[in-house]
Amino acid sequence: MRPRNPILWIGLGLVAAQALAALIGPALSGYEPNAQDIIARLQGPTAAHWLGTDNFGRDVLSRALAGYRTLFAISALSVMGALALGGTLGVLAAWRGGWFDEVAMRLMDVLFAFPLILLAIGIIAIIGPGATGTAIAIAVVYTPIFARILRGPTLLLKDAEYVIAARAIGAADGRIMRDHLLPNLAPVILVQTSLSLSTAILVEASLSFLGLGTQPPTASLGRMLAESRNFLVLSPWPAIFAGAAILFAALGFNLLGDGLQDRLDPRLRSRQ
Amino acid sequence: MTGALLRRGAEMVFVAFGVSVLTFLMIHLIPGDAAQIMLGAADASPEKIAALRVRLGLDQPLIVQYALWIGRALTGDLGNSIWTGRPVLEEIAGRVGVTVELTLLGLGAAIVIAIPTGCLMATLRSSTADYVVRIVSIAGVTVPAFWLGTMLIYGTTALLPGVQVVGYVAFATDPVGNLQRMILPVIALALPAVAALSRVIRAAMLDALTQDYVRTARAKGVSEARVIFSHALRNALIPFVTAVGIMLGYQFGGSVVIEQVFALPGLGRLVIGAITERNYPLIQATILLATVVFVVVNFLVDVLYLVIDPRARG
Repeated sequence: MRPRNPILWIGLGLVAAQALAALIGPALSGYEPNAQDIIARLQGPTAAHWLGTDNFGRDVLSRALAGYRTLFAISALSVMGALALGGTLGVLAAWRGGWFDEVAMRLMDVLFAFPLILLAIGIIAIIGPGATGTAIAIAVVYTPIFARILRGPTLLLKDAEYVIAARAIGAADGRIMRDHLLPNLAPVILVQTSLSLSTAILVEASLSFLGLGTQPPTASLGRMLAESRNFLVLSPWPAIFAGAAILFAALGFNLLGDGLQDRLDPRLRSRQ
Repeated sequence: MTGALLRRGAEMVFVAFGVSVLTFLMIHLIPGDAAQIMLGAADASPEKIAALRVRLGLDQPLIVQYALWIGRALTGDLGNSIWTGRPVLEEIAGRVGVTVELTLLGLGAAIVIAIPTGCLMATLRSSTADYVVRIVSIAGVTVPAFWLGTMLIYGTTALLPGVQVVGYVAFATDPVGNLQRMILPVIALALPAVAALSRVIRAAMLDALTQDYVRTARAKGVSEARVIFSHALRNALIPFVTAVGIMLGYQFGGSVVIEQVFALPGLGRLVIGAITERNYPLIQATILLATVVFVVVNFLVDVLYLVIDPRARG
């Protein structure tokens, strides 16, 4: 039987496989990601080094797996931060309305006006290059996206009959949000989180490619690609695999988000 | 229409003001003493630090500082580079052409390819074709442009060893050489945009093809090509205009990264160099100028939208 939503399952499979690889891969790869073996440098894929070695003779597979950890950790932390901050702001803005709504959303408009990479670069210029700077930068960049995406549905839910009924029987705001708003916002949150993770992964990789992200010796896929460009003609393998890893990480979450959208939002299901 | 235009104009001015405030505050958000950090630990005599603090106006109240800063910015003085002492506007002017050329060529190429691709994609109507189109276009959107660029350099040098693919020559000096060196960066930049924009066209086409005017056109015997290109496409271009406006910002961000791949001396390399040098006036000015340009461009896109879609004027 053909699965009803192949996009969702392909996305879920890709994400699960890569998350597993990031979690247990480094322990199984057989090499320390920073261990150098100068004699075995710049090798193509061999039985000993499945994805070859880099210019220091470091095992590309081990470094890619360690790089996955960095990539997922920073992207996930920052998107969660953006969801917590932006989501709360968007829901509260819709719920309270009035001047709070106006001030919060105009502030979000301003943040949203900056070209994404430039805002991230500006924030890193303040905090300084590194994992923390990158994580905070991505979190700030995605905050207005979550605020905007959650404000709309909250406005609709606020006037739903069951929410008005809950208010009429005297339910506290916190309870209404937990029991009535959150379950109904969950699909939007899931889809947007997954799609944001996909693009956040690309932003993280771009920033570390530019040398602004995680600093050496911590393995990072973006920097791995940047460094491998210096010996591209001698051995293209580290560059090929580092980039492919970034692509599949972003692709997995994007397919997952797209599939979830189909699954969770019946109005979009009959798109064709 | 005037009302909608005025409202959007006021919004634009407000957002530009907000952008200037945030960009101004940047220098005050740096942990520690901005003047000391800019001069570096090496030769930071207290006198020098104090002098820079006065030069940057850091000894004034915040509101006064902002008023002075924005007043100078509006008259074209965005401060001087901490390292070269030259006006940052001059340094930016020397680099901006490369980034603008790359951004516009990338976006232009993407538009030219995306429109026919999107139309073609809209004619594939089986569920299998639908899934394949979606997976391929999502994969296209998620390809890291800097990786694609790197692979293009590798592939070209392997296949055509004599061709110079990295580096830059000014268009004025050598137009052919300039465009030749732009080919690979533009491909790397355009591909993800083609994937994104052709998806927009496809969705808008599928929507347009179900409309009554398309059924009427078909019923009176208009050829399918004419139905697609002159009836459906014209209406599908309305959401496309908005998508192109948004894409311009992404393409600019993409060129900042792509410049690094192809060693192009544009704004991206300027601002990244400025971060390592802690050259804050230069970073501030680049961010302020680029963002204000995008705020204005988005406003113009909205105006265009009002012009081409009477329904939006309401």
